[in-house]
Amino acid sequence: MSFFGGAWTVAAKDLRSEWRTKESLNAAVSFALVILLLFSFAFDPDSEQTREFSGGLLWLVFAFAGTMILNRSFAREIPNDCLDALVASPVSGAALFAGKAVASFLLLMAVELIALPVFGLFYNVRWGRQWALLLLVVVLATWAMTVIGTMFSALTVNLRLRELMLPVLVYPMMIPALMAAMQLTTVLIAGEAIAGDNLIWLRLLVGFDIIFTALGLGLVETVLVG
Amino acid sequence: MREKILYVLAAAAALLLARNLHGILLRLPDEAAQGAIYRIIFFHVPAWFTCFTAFLVAGAASAWYLWRRNARCDALAVSAVEVGLVFTTVGLATGMIWARIIWGIWWTWDPRLTWALVTWLIYGGYLMLRRAIDDPDTRAKNSAVLGIFAFTSVVITYKAIDWWRTQHPAAVLSFRTGGGTIDAAMESMFYWNWLAMLLVAAILVMIRMRQEEVGREIDALRRRAHAL
Repeated sequence: MSFFGGAWTVAAKDLRSEWRTKESLNAAVSFALVILLLFSFAFDPDSEQTREFSGGLLWLVFAFAGTMILNRSFAREIPNDCLDALVASPVSGAALFAGKAVASFLLLMAVELIALPVFGLFYNVRWGRQWALLLLVVVLATWAMTVIGTMFSALTVNLRLRELMLPVLVYPMMIPALMAAMQLTTVLIAGEAIAGDNLIWLRLLVGFDIIFTALGLGLVETVLVG
Repeated sequence: MREKILYVLAAAAALLLARNLHGILLRLPDEAAQGAIYRIIFFHVPAWFTCFTAFLVAGAASAWYLWRRNARCDALAVSAVEVGLVFTTVGLATGMIWARIIWGIWWTWDPRLTWALVTWLIYGGYLMLRRAIDDPDTRAKNSAVLGIFAFTSVVITYKAIDWWRTQHPAAVLSFRTGGGTIDAAMESMFYWNWLAMLLVAAILVMIRMRQEEVGREIDALRRRAHAL
């Protein structure tokens, strides 16, 4: 089976099973809304200051909700030994990884596209002024989160302490991408263009995506098969 | 034989450290702007260089393990990470002491400092991951993959002062600036103390590697005993 054919089959399978149960999607969306609510208690959502760190808040919500989806990425294959069947199937490890990553990416994007307008409403943030660039940043950073999350989901899938280990490993690894996304989102929400020091953040984000996608595709076979 | 090498290295490290301390505390004058506190830099920068070296060794050993599946590489990787983490802590601590005196604060969230902390957290996670996996082969394989991933944050930490305008001072060593920013006598002291710290790190890694190997042997014996 070709790489793209295999990846697409895996992604379609993941999305179909998620669409039928809506397990992690429902959980992630409601979790994102709960965190948005909790943040409003931590500080005054109407103040001018809030808009200055709104980018950071938004990405914290995405990161927390995202790990719920990413945690399930490989864990959902544990019952009935599905993971062994997937590894034994003619789909290569890299294609399996790519398929899983694409499925998680689409789910995460769905959660973000729901959470973003809600965030705009409740925190009185206008995010539409640079929407094209904002979308680019969201796509790049979400892909970064997905690649890291999928890789570490594979890495921790057989651990006893999976739910505990994944956040400990995943958040520090994601920090470069999250920092870049927070910085750029704050700038874009303020309606400014990306220039000067912020260009470095954009480059960092792109570099992060390329490096970790390559590492993930190259190393996942070792992790899953041995 | 291995013991003797260790003792010789330890003696060399002790002598070198004593020589460097004499130079740092007595021979070199106070720095014009900072006064006496600048001396901490002879421990701060070499500690970071040593930790970068250790993590580089760990990353290379991890890659080598994935290629050849040699258990010694895994032992080297975990030993280097543990020792590297100690030097990261030294680097963070000395930096914080310096910052308290010069800046008046222990910590600031500028990119260099943040990434240094991220590196510390990631390698801490590496050690936690190892504890969570019981099977030695799976443990070696998965932590080798993490070891390669983790090294990216070392690169970012190293380059952070070039990429961003940081509160952390910019590069002063001549191989990064092209020269003219630091007195030659002070710069050579950096390298001498780095050498001393590298020796200490090498000794610790060797001791730690032997523990790993003995641990593996005990594990194998225990398994055989259970099989009987």
